[in-house]
Amino acid sequence: MNCFDVIVVGGGHAGIEASSAAAKMGCSVGLVTLDKSAIGRMSCNPAIGGSAKGHLVHEIDALGGVMGLIADRTGIQFRILNKSKGPAVWAGRCQSDRRLYLDEAERVISSIGNIKVVEDSVNEAVAENNKIVGIVTGSGKQIMCKALIVCAGTFLNGLMHTGLSSVEGGRFEEKPSIGLTDSLIKLGFVSGRFKTGTPPRLAKSSIDFSLLEEQPGDEFPEPFSLRTDKSQFPFLQQVSCHLTHTNSTAHKILETGFSRSPLFTGLINGVGPRYCPSIEDKIVRFTDKISHQLFLEPEGLDDDLIYLNGFSTSLPADIQLEAIHKIKGLENSEMIRPGYAVEYDYFPPYQVDLTLETKLVEGLYFSGQVNGTSGYEEAAGQGILAGINAALKIQKRKEFTLKRSEAYIGVLIDDLVGKSTNEPYRMFTSRAEHRLILRQDNADRRLLKYGYEFGLINKSQFEELREREILINLSKELLTETRVRPDAINNYLESIGTSVIDNSETLEKITRRPEINLGKLLNEVDLKGNGTIQKLKQNNKALEQVEIEFKYEGYIQRQYDMIEKVEKLEKMNIPLNFNFLNLKQISAEGREKLAKIKPRSIGQASRISGVSPSDISILLVYLKN
Amino acid sequence: MDTFVSKFTLILLIFVIYAVFTSNEDTIVALATPPGEGAVSLIRISGGRSFEIIDKVFIGGKKISDCAPGTFHYGKIFNVAGEILDDVIVLKFKSPNSYTGEDSIEISTHGSQFIAKKIIEEILLNDARIAEPGEFTKRAFLNNKLDLAQAEAVADIISSRTDASLRGARNQLDGLLSKQVETFREMLITVSSMIELELDFAEEDLTFMPLSDVDVKLKSIVEEIDKLLATYSFGRVIRDGVNVAIVGKPNVGKSSLLNYILKESRAIVSEIPGTTRDVIREEVSIDGLLFRLFDTAGIRLTEDSIEIEGVLRSREAVKNADIILMVNDLLEGFSQELYNEIIDLNGGERVLVIANKSDLSIEQMNNADAAISAKTGEGIGYLFALIKDKALGQANFSENTAVVSNIRHYNALKKAKNCLLDARKSIGSNISGEFISVDIRNAELALGEIIGKVTTDDILNNIFSKFCIGK
Repeated sequence: MNCFDVIVVGGGHAGIEASSAAAKMGCSVGLVTLDKSAIGRMSCNPAIGGSAKGHLVHEIDALGGVMGLIADRTGIQFRILNKSKGPAVWAGRCQSDRRLYLDEAERVISSIGNIKVVEDSVNEAVAENNKIVGIVTGSGKQIMCKALIVCAGTFLNGLMHTGLSSVEGGRFEEKPSIGLTDSLIKLGFVSGRFKTGTPPRLAKSSIDFSLLEEQPGDEFPEPFSLRTDKSQFPFLQQVSCHLTHTNSTAHKILETGFSRSPLFTGLINGVGPRYCPSIEDKIVRFTDKISHQLFLEPEGLDDDLIYLNGFSTSLPADIQLEAIHKIKGLENSEMIRPGYAVEYDYFPPYQVDLTLETKLVEGLYFSGQVNGTSGYEEAAGQGILAGINAALKIQKRKEFTLKRSEAYIGVLIDDLVGKSTNEPYRMFTSRAEHRLILRQDNADRRLLKYGYEFGLINKSQFEELREREILINLSKELLTETRVRPDAINNYLESIGTSVIDNSETLEKITRRPEINLGKLLNEVDLKGNGTIQKLKQNNKALEQVEIEFKYEGYIQRQYDMIEKVEKLEKMNIPLNFNFLNLKQISAEGREKLAKIKPRSIGQASRISGVSPSDISILLVYLKN
Repeated sequence: MDTFVSKFTLILLIFVIYAVFTSNEDTIVALATPPGEGAVSLIRISGGRSFEIIDKVFIGGKKISDCAPGTFHYGKIFNVAGEILDDVIVLKFKSPNSYTGEDSIEISTHGSQFIAKKIIEEILLNDARIAEPGEFTKRAFLNNKLDLAQAEAVADIISSRTDASLRGARNQLDGLLSKQVETFREMLITVSSMIELELDFAEEDLTFMPLSDVDVKLKSIVEEIDKLLATYSFGRVIRDGVNVAIVGKPNVGKSSLLNYILKESRAIVSEIPGTTRDVIREEVSIDGLLFRLFDTAGIRLTEDSIEIEGVLRSREAVKNADIILMVNDLLEGFSQELYNEIIDLNGGERVLVIANKSDLSIEQMNNADAAISAKTGEGIGYLFALIKDKALGQANFSENTAVVSNIRHYNALKKAKNCLLDARKSIGSNISGEFISVDIRNAELALGEIIGKVTTDDILNNIFSKFCIGK
């Protein structure tokens, strides 16, 4: 077959979600990858989730994506981060068995009938009249398509550095993708160069774990996916991570290698992420810090590899090993693979629209690291959105975008499109101005409806949510109206160390107290066999929502008020072909930025730096015509 | 310069975002006549709540809400304390038959710009907001009251007026304020960083700031904001002038003093057409400060009904005065009785006791601040210096003190302060950082109306530069 509805370039986390979504929506998908056996390979650390990233996984899952399911099936340690804080910043994280993750990803892809995996490289994206028509592969084949989604990760002109020697490639012992960048530049795109790095892998058997601090997972692990069968979870044996620290002796050794550092000698031109610096960067920038924490992550149950998180480096391999040997517990360790830096091409993301379709070529989509992001979850979030939109476009249905107020994926893409990015972009909860309502626990309440609409979520799942919504609303109403008398509740209140009540009080008011757990409270009050409350007590998800909404009502309401105000600006659309250059009254800078980014709404336009408020006023005046 | 412009752009951006998304609902107000020109000032209100708002401040024959559109009405504008601000004429326009196409009110006041400002402030208290440059015209356009050719003109107006306000913002007063607010902004970025650090980088090997430390920082920002807020009344003095009431028993030489000041002061700004009968108002400029002189008839209550109104107005002038010149006749001595009356009305802080007619007597008056002769001018130079000191001394003003003189800045600071107080309350209730962050960000947003917005990137940049992130 040399024709697909959608061609996806790259089988990483973006490519998997893009292929899976488009295929499930009825499109024939060609997934072109350099190596069939590498679909879903974790290039960096063997972990999914983390602060803000866990949120993304839950959102992808609610939209009908596969990342959460694969992570649940292959996780060997699960933790909820930030548990001591409020529910909005609770974030799931798991350690994955790298090999099993790969197997599971492969199984998921092959289980979807419409996906054909093509093992080849892509040399050229072919467009006619600014509309994508197909690709030319490295082996010279021409394949036609209606939509092309580029998720090439770090492979576009990938160049790996260890010390002063560099090798072409996108990942250890894997070839780069050459040709596609040039082809895209010919189509008019602008490319840039980023850098990222990875630490050395050590042999598990050579580490003295008895000297290290152990970090186990949660006692009661929680899965990411709504569709994971909780009765069988966790599927695999659970293991611990370990902590150790660098020291000044190790730092001194690393410093002797600085003269052979590709970073410090100017060999690397790409911009790296500041939140994930190499160990050499940390030593130089934070001279007063004599020790840095290292986190030893197991790469799998039957895998002898340990990932040395915190020790990302591109120093020469001999220096890496010498320094590692000075670190507690690693004195006799064997380095299976040295750390390296990788430089790769990306396309500054102002060139895509909120649907991730490029503004220049119709039917061409970018997602993942080619848009300048970093991280599996960021990539996957874009992948599913691009996959859905490619399918919608082919089926001539209305495009799908997510608002900043409804999903981290919305924040991610709006940031990328409106601000572009000067370093690999990672999600943080602080980037979401509506953080209190973009929680993991309500991802399904926010997004499941879309997954269902696109056929990525099945009906029973959607019905379950709808029933839960009804239960939540009925319960809230009931608890707000139901009062308890002091004599009926004071014994309980006293027993849990919260103040007693003098007059009868509603259950809602009592639930607001930090010490109160709604489930336990409901066990204490006699509601005369009220059916709704009985149901609520048996539905943990609903119970959790009611409790959160009561406890944080004031704050949550403030966020909704803010959203309502912003919404008006977001709803003022700007036509696709609007010619900003014609608006002579707009400042030169504002005009240039608007023409470059081509915002689709006044809200988006107002967030662009360099676009002044008077520019916005003038824009409004013209849009009125 | 560039950074200034971009900061200013950001300020406006926030303002306009606010303005745009509330544009259909907000009722706006502004002075429609150019400042400082003409004897009549026109204030325009436009928006859905125009009638409701005017009825809160205006009392005439009947409620404006009940009046027919296109009619005008004579009455008085009262402030929140129930005091009369001015006699005015109010015109009512009903949507769509108005300039903007919305319900609108026009207030003609024959008072000075000072009075007009007072009235606008009163209207702002009733939930209107100041119109942005060109906004009345913009609304007119959006409500289809203008055609396309006019629309282009509107766009021109908006861009040129923005330039004008840009120029205005460059003056020293605003520059100092910006500098001061900039330090708040930096302190808030630090506080936000501390909070966000713990939320986004909990897994890092870092020591986090306890919330009690955050609270200490917030407390000090609130105190600084309070100091700035306290300069507001003084800032108004700088912008709107100093009210000086001249008080004294008959024939102590009040009028001679007034005349001498008028003669000596470098520029007579204007003679305000009087709406008052018995209080004479003059505006003079001394060393660049605007002084508004009220020559009062007498402040002692009398039973003579003809005098009552004059006395009431005089008492009003004393009450509102920034400085009271109590004139005594050296020959007759100090009037304790009058002094007590003044103290009753305005406290002792603002009184300057003057012993006049030093040309006629060698007597000393022990508690006098200055001995002068309004006839020969002896001691008047010294009196001017005293008056100026008194006016400027109120806020320990120096060339380098930031002063809030603009109602919008004042409101923004107040809003920021309230948000920070909310944040402190949240800290007190032992709640986690992401909730506190909501209030701190709102404070940042409020201050953003005066100076550059705080973005997530600002906070993350600060975190990455100060902390070793990335395990």
